[in-house]
Amino acid sequence: MIHKFKNLGQYIVLDVASGAVHSLDEKAYALLDCYDGNGVFLPENAAELGLVGAEYDEAKEELQSLIDEKLLFTKDIYAEIAKRWDKQSVVKALCLHIAHDCNLRCKYCFADGGEYMGKRELMSAEVGKKAIDFVIEQSGNRKNIEIDYFGGEPLMNFDVVKEITEYAKEQGRLRGKNFRFTITTNGVLLDEDKQAYINENMSNVVLSLDGRKEVHDAVRVRVDGSGSYDRVTPKFQKLAESRNQNNYYVRGTFTRDNLDFAEDVKHLMELGFEQISVEPVVAPETEDYSIRREDLPAIFAEYDRLAQILTNTRKSGKFVNFFHFMIDLEQGPCAYKRLSGCGSGHEYLAVTPSGDLYPCHQFVGKPEFKMGTVFEGKLDENIRKRFMNSNIYTKEACSTCWNRFYCSGGCAANAFNMNGDIDKPYEIACEMQKKRTECAIAMAAALSE
Amino acid sequence: MKHVKTISGANLAKSVNKGGCGECQTSCQSACKTSCTVANQKCEQKKD
Repeated sequence: MIHKFKNLGQYIVLDVASGAVHSLDEKAYALLDCYDGNGVFLPENAAELGLVGAEYDEAKEELQSLIDEKLLFTKDIYAEIAKRWDKQSVVKALCLHIAHDCNLRCKYCFADGGEYMGKRELMSAEVGKKAIDFVIEQSGNRKNIEIDYFGGEPLMNFDVVKEITEYAKEQGRLRGKNFRFTITTNGVLLDEDKQAYINENMSNVVLSLDGRKEVHDAVRVRVDGSGSYDRVTPKFQKLAESRNQNNYYVRGTFTRDNLDFAEDVKHLMELGFEQISVEPVVAPETEDYSIRREDLPAIFAEYDRLAQILTNTRKSGKFVNFFHFMIDLEQGPCAYKRLSGCGSGHEYLAVTPSGDLYPCHQFVGKPEFKMGTVFEGKLDENIRKRFMNSNIYTKEACSTCWNRFYCSGGCAANAFNMNGDIDKPYEIACEMQKKRTECAIAMAAALSE
Repeated sequence: MKHVKTISGANLAKSVNKGGCGECQTSCQSACKTSCTVANQKCEQKKD
């Protein structure tokens, strides 16, 4: 299976199963339509399309050499691997809901204003430490363990963040585990002391900022309804500089109210940020701001425009990283990782303030997905196996999709929320993800010139 | 080649032989939290 597309003036073909990517000229690109699905050249098709002559013969020979070298029209070998795979997964990452409370009332919040359809609650140090004990016990021989402090707003409970972090570091030393910490914050309570602690201890920090002031302030509002842009932006700029513009993301959300989101990325670049993620909101169509199918053409055009802006920026010698266009074609994740996706429900779990375990932060508050508690030290095996056994070949829509090794089957929570089944991906997210993969590959090709 | 430039080789197919150590980062921890983006993750065995 191949996927061919044009972007950034490049004619690209991706060989899906091998992962090979080629940039072609127009003649070779046109000739791809003259092969059957197995890489057999059909001369009658070429004749019909008028693709004949010495130049086309030459292009055909070059494509044939790629086929011979197993770099084009290769067969999928992974479905069989997935079937035979005796996956022995261990829990290696926890999302700690350090505060089911928030000092903002962002209109698109999937966490119900921080409460996750429950009550306002802060995690205690006792629960957090139990979570650390739990993940050490569950992580088997795995050395690297990730802890993400999430909310609500984690800075509302920062003393507990510090206590859990110090405990995890100590236990890691004693038990041969390397803890990596990340924290997500809206910045309202960020100050110099917290910044210093974050810089000393957190390998990544995610800073919520949507872009232009009017876009940010229309959604990310305080309890009194006023915007938060002026309060958080200077603090985020300072924090990004203090980390040498590395190991952080300013992370924005775009909605159907700002489908010109490339302007927000540009604004974040103008503020000096070099690590940027601006991502589509996920919300049911009943919400005014949700992304609809009819928005997709505008979103695709905007992604193209953004890819061009970022390519020009890179070519001018300035580095800006856009999270959703990151791709490492040489040494990205292995096939096993790409088969199985994010690991929610078996490698990655969320812990609520009271110590309940869920497959991920987006399942919190759905009682049927409660997997146990950190105090019991065991997981609901039915739920764990349901998530562990899900892969790109258990999802009908994914098994034949060219993008399956780039999104790895999409987000289980989105699939469940939109289609009622973790194996039925959310189609609108799929379409946007495919566009982003094309942009990322085209940028890699354009920047290799 | 005159008509074709290979940007990257068969790296996905090659990764079957050495992959699966499980030490890599959980994708949702990096920034997204609302999507699933795996291909932009780093392999923990990556040589810098």
